[in-house]
Amino acid sequence: MTSCHDSGGGPVAVASTRRIALVGSPNAGKTSVFNHLTGLRAKTGNYPGVTVGRSVGTVKVDGVTIAVEDLPGTYSLDAISPDEQVVTDLLAGAFDHIEPPGAIVLVADATTLRRSILLVAQVIRLGLPCLLALTMGDELTVRGGRVDVDALSAALGIPVTAVVAHRGSGIDDLRAQLGTFDRWQRPPILPPSDPEAADAWGKSVLDAADYAAPRPDQRTNRIDQVVLHPVWGVGVFFAVMFAFFQIVFTVAAPLQDLVGQGLTWIGGRVTGHSGNSILGGLIGDGIIGGVGTVLQFVPQIMLLFLLIALLENVGYMARAAFLMDRVMARTGLEGRAFVAMLSSFACAVPGIMATRTLPSSRDRIATVLSAPLMTCSARLPVYTLLIGLLVAPQTRWWGFSAQGITMFLLYLGGGTAALISAWLFKSTILRSDLLPFTMELPPYRFPYPKAVLVAMWGAAKMFLRKAGTIILATSLVLWTLLNLPPRGAETAHLSPTDATAYVMDRSYAADVGKAIEPVFEPLGFDWRTDIALVGSLSAREVFVSTLGQVAAATDPADPREALMTMTDDHGRRVFAAPTVVALLLYFMFALQCMSTVAVMRRETNSWRWPALAFGYMFVLAWVMAFAARSIAIGLGA
Amino acid sequence: MLRQRPAAPKQSGATIKLAQLAPGQQATIVGTVPDAAPPVAGRLWQLGFRPATHVDVIRRAPLGDPTIYRVQDTELCLRRREARLIEVVFDTDR
Repeated sequence: MTSCHDSGGGPVAVASTRRIALVGSPNAGKTSVFNHLTGLRAKTGNYPGVTVGRSVGTVKVDGVTIAVEDLPGTYSLDAISPDEQVVTDLLAGAFDHIEPPGAIVLVADATTLRRSILLVAQVIRLGLPCLLALTMGDELTVRGGRVDVDALSAALGIPVTAVVAHRGSGIDDLRAQLGTFDRWQRPPILPPSDPEAADAWGKSVLDAADYAAPRPDQRTNRIDQVVLHPVWGVGVFFAVMFAFFQIVFTVAAPLQDLVGQGLTWIGGRVTGHSGNSILGGLIGDGIIGGVGTVLQFVPQIMLLFLLIALLENVGYMARAAFLMDRVMARTGLEGRAFVAMLSSFACAVPGIMATRTLPSSRDRIATVLSAPLMTCSARLPVYTLLIGLLVAPQTRWWGFSAQGITMFLLYLGGGTAALISAWLFKSTILRSDLLPFTMELPPYRFPYPKAVLVAMWGAAKMFLRKAGTIILATSLVLWTLLNLPPRGAETAHLSPTDATAYVMDRSYAADVGKAIEPVFEPLGFDWRTDIALVGSLSAREVFVSTLGQVAAATDPADPREALMTMTDDHGRRVFAAPTVVALLLYFMFALQCMSTVAVMRRETNSWRWPALAFGYMFVLAWVMAFAARSIAIGLGA
Repeated sequence: MLRQRPAAPKQSGATIKLAQLAPGQQATIVGTVPDAAPPVAGRLWQLGFRPATHVDVIRRAPLGDPTIYRVQDTELCLRRREARLIEVVFDTDR
């Protein structure tokens, strides 16, 4: 993490740069305006000291570069959450090292102007040069409303530009005006500060602009009659979520395999050409393998953000949150956290990234801290191996496959644990009593490809730049631990599989495994299991292949037979039933994944939260594994 | 200011809580209850739940909470907890 964006100052540190901030309510089309103005050149980071994302882009007007900052959506400058406080503080110049902007572009939705005129009043009162970009004018007309833009400008005393953000019309006009913000018209008298007076001021301004509010959107109403129907609506919800999960889980898998195979092939060529030297191994397995670990997440992240952006742009995300809010409210979270939790069943990395759709930063952190308990797809191969050691394939319980039941219980346990942990965090350190749950249900709209593509691209770029480096570094460290010191002379006469096992049994990782053995001894793990645990920090499924190599199985991809008969230094079976149960429980709860830790660091802008998550999940995993093993032994297993 | 009740509203009938209305019903907002936390009352005001404003109850979630209201040309959902803070008079003539 050498990027200067994380040092706290944010991407725009040059004070002399001309800066403009975009301010507006959620759903006003602020981010669309931002994307149109700045294209894909936006830089993202965090505001100092808070878990609130910051994005700054640049726009060139007549050869002058202007920085444009997309502030979090807010209904009011009277902030009631840390996220809204960022807007108020930034505009007031209350952040260290961040000057207040030189001018403000207010973005307001023409169809909800009666509400947002109060925010307009508050922002004008700040006294900075101000321009109103009025979006959704086309929709206002279609729904029978009207507004006279010039009269509105005259009544407000500031320039007003009509913008249809999704089509990009009016953007050139807006861009041209950005260059001359010090010459923008300023209101002779500021709007009143008293809410009642501001309300009256707003009404008089809208009257002067001949504003007529739009009719309710009939198309939205008809769709909602089905989509939010007590029976059909729930059916649609489950169908959408099922399809969502299937796509993230199964469509991504072949793409991930393809990336994996491509890199394995390249790695093999490198290792082959360099004659099995340490350097060849480091480049072929360590670096290229590490890059592979990073790249394998990319198809999944891009697919997930494609779907989230589609559902958000269409307007379904708010409906899904509306349907699920009651369920999520039991944990102290809100409906919008559901998608992040669901995505975590595929993988916690995109799941944690999906928390960005939550408006409250406390909810975001609580979701980030608990989502990794959801049974992700990387646990699947580990569970399959361990269940295979525990229950024979033909065993049946109440007529069902015992292996299937065990797997189901593990999924159920992971999901329950995640919800309980979210509830614990939300009722202790992440309480947010004050912030009322209010969510707008925007009219259904056609998604605009550019908005969807920008969201997809942004997520992938952010992951590669910010989390990718940490994941790559971890992979390299783990490769070094597992493959050094070199044993070239001693393994010269051994077959490749035996050589790998020989090196690993005498590697630094083995020293680590033996060193941490006392920690895991009460759980029944011997030092070879501990090596596999260390290796699985790069990705949980590595546990399976490492264990295979450690056990010197003839086929590392199916080490079940060798493991069943493996004995420890005292001649006892290593994978006796109570130990396997303990391992299952350990993997169910432990944050055994450095990629997740890296993406937590990225999303919360601090090592504090990933450290807390790693710590509490380790303790939980250890205690549960110990308890389960003791019970299993007590039952005579 | 949201707590001051304006002059007697035109509609007859007693003041009830917004949360007590059923989907399909309409009402006019009177204000927020006196014990509503000022920041929350302020936010509801900012969102359009202001005295003398019309509110339509659109629909309730299948699990009974939250409920979608249309106010100031926007559809917004509130949980029962917040809807209990808003006092309305029932529009009988509609």
